[in-house]
Amino acid sequence: MIGKGIAKGFIETARNFVGSYTEESRLVTVEYPEERLPQKENARNFPFLVYDGEDAEKGLRCVACKICEKDCPPQCIYIVLERDEKGRPQKHPKVFDIDVSVCMSCQICVEVCPFEAIKMDTEFELSQTDRFDGLLLDKHQLAKSNEYYHKLHPTEAAAVDANLAAEKAKKAAPPAPSTAAPPQPAPAKT
Amino acid sequence: MSTSVLKPDIAEGGGAARNYEVLPKLSPTGEMQGDLLEVSMGPQHPSTHGVFRMDVVLDGETIVKLKPVFGYLHRNHEKIGENTTYLASMPYTDRLDYFCSLTNNWAYALSVEKLGGIQVPERAEYIRVITAELTRLVNHTCLAGFLLMDMGALGTPLMYAFREREKILDLFEALTGARMMCNYMRFGGCRVDLPKGWLDQARQVVDEYPAFLDEFENLLTTNEILLARTQGVGTLSKELAINASISGPMLRASGVNYDIRKVDKYGIYDRFDFRIPLGEHGDVYDRYMVRILEMRESLKILQKALKDIPEGPIIDPKTKLRNFRPKAGEAYGRIEAPKGELGFYVISDGSANPYRYRVRPPSLINLTILEDMCIGQTVADVVVILGSVDIVLGEVDR
Repeated sequence: MIGKGIAKGFIETARNFVGSYTEESRLVTVEYPEERLPQKENARNFPFLVYDGEDAEKGLRCVACKICEKDCPPQCIYIVLERDEKGRPQKHPKVFDIDVSVCMSCQICVEVCPFEAIKMDTEFELSQTDRFDGLLLDKHQLAKSNEYYHKLHPTEAAAVDANLAAEKAKKAAPPAPSTAAPPQPAPAKT
Repeated sequence: MSTSVLKPDIAEGGGAARNYEVLPKLSPTGEMQGDLLEVSMGPQHPSTHGVFRMDVVLDGETIVKLKPVFGYLHRNHEKIGENTTYLASMPYTDRLDYFCSLTNNWAYALSVEKLGGIQVPERAEYIRVITAELTRLVNHTCLAGFLLMDMGALGTPLMYAFREREKILDLFEALTGARMMCNYMRFGGCRVDLPKGWLDQARQVVDEYPAFLDEFENLLTTNEILLARTQGVGTLSKELAINASISGPMLRASGVNYDIRKVDKYGIYDRFDFRIPLGEHGDVYDRYMVRILEMRESLKILQKALKDIPEGPIIDPKTKLRNFRPKAGEAYGRIEAPKGELGFYVISDGSANPYRYRVRPPSLINLTILEDMCIGQTVADVVVILGSVDIVLGEVDR
């Protein structure tokens, strides 16, 4: 009979229409700026730099080894190594910029970092009136505390802390054979 | 949409050079053809699924000639692949077919694993199968919605499809951290382990999916309008499909039993029991039905994989993330992506970057046959036929 299929479709649509007002599981609208869904633990958006302790500048874990700069697929990281008056490298970034308008949130920098210094943020409300300088974040804007990292990704952060502590213990325990250095590549020496 | 009236006799008398041939007033069968009209469909046309253009020559409403034009979204994917490290190409593969980033990741990971001789742990293989089949569900569900939208069912089927897609994307977000640009697979395994409770959520989604498919089929499969718009439209014969190296659901809708999951048995697909749905006529309706049936088979695979998944490591501990340099050589890894055979051909010269990096995209190769399917059909059918090919322009243009 012609029209049977269409009638069946209309019944289905009507069922869905009624259901969208009555079924608890279908009332999914979240009124965004006032209400928010909780972030997923694995969520990632843009990178930030982790620092330990109180001082954001001194506590930065980053040693300016430039591995992330080299491996970043869209090349959005820019690092300059800090040097003292005699020109010796200081294992500290003088400049660490991330162009968030170029970053594609791929997390490669996090994975390649041997010092657990760069991690993914979940902050997404980054709108700016200036799309060039406003979205070019420098190291002061990027530096976030380890507690903040623990709040975002508790499981991952706990594992990272345990790892770092174990490495520290390993380094501290056998003081003599320093040749068995950790496998991380040292920052570029001049 | 810009139009220009093509008057054969005027065009023949010199004037500006045209990049199409002028058609005679009499057709090969001796029938009189009216004034031919050249229409440029796209690249801003909403039914072309992206920035894709078709130069269509029309006789009245019938297609006489069709020339696909693409390249508007070309962004140098393969050359970038040669200039970055192996790992850094992984996030770019997400952006090929942006509906199915996880299968793209898998194809690339597979080819580099072949190149480097890397083994994948058992659990990672299961995770790969689970995510790939979930991706197939996402892709086919959305495609059915888009196809119906092309036919004029504005909204309802697409919104139902997106409602279900949302559940799977939530799973992807919980697992990989991103909804679409997952960037999840690594050479030798996967990036992170499944979060707590993820498997239960996935099981719930998979268990609820058949109910949605039943609802969707209730709504559509016997609908007279859909039957009238799809049956006998855009027929593709078996021989032509094989000769044009069509792959994926398009090929199977023409009745060719060829699925790389069965042929190559890559990963652990030999452990799963599933059937390959085949079409009979090779028309748009068959392509739609093959995809719906394929989703039901995917659900079977998913149920088994979610039941059997073992504990263990998710990545081969010997693979290096930094400074990964496979030995010189070449490898071609291919998988059955939702759209067809997706292959990555990688040549290594022993350095940190691939010497050559080449993608075999299913969308582009399935598109080459478009003219043969469209000739003799009407303009409105072209939209439907293009929809049934299932293209994503990110993959066509690369």
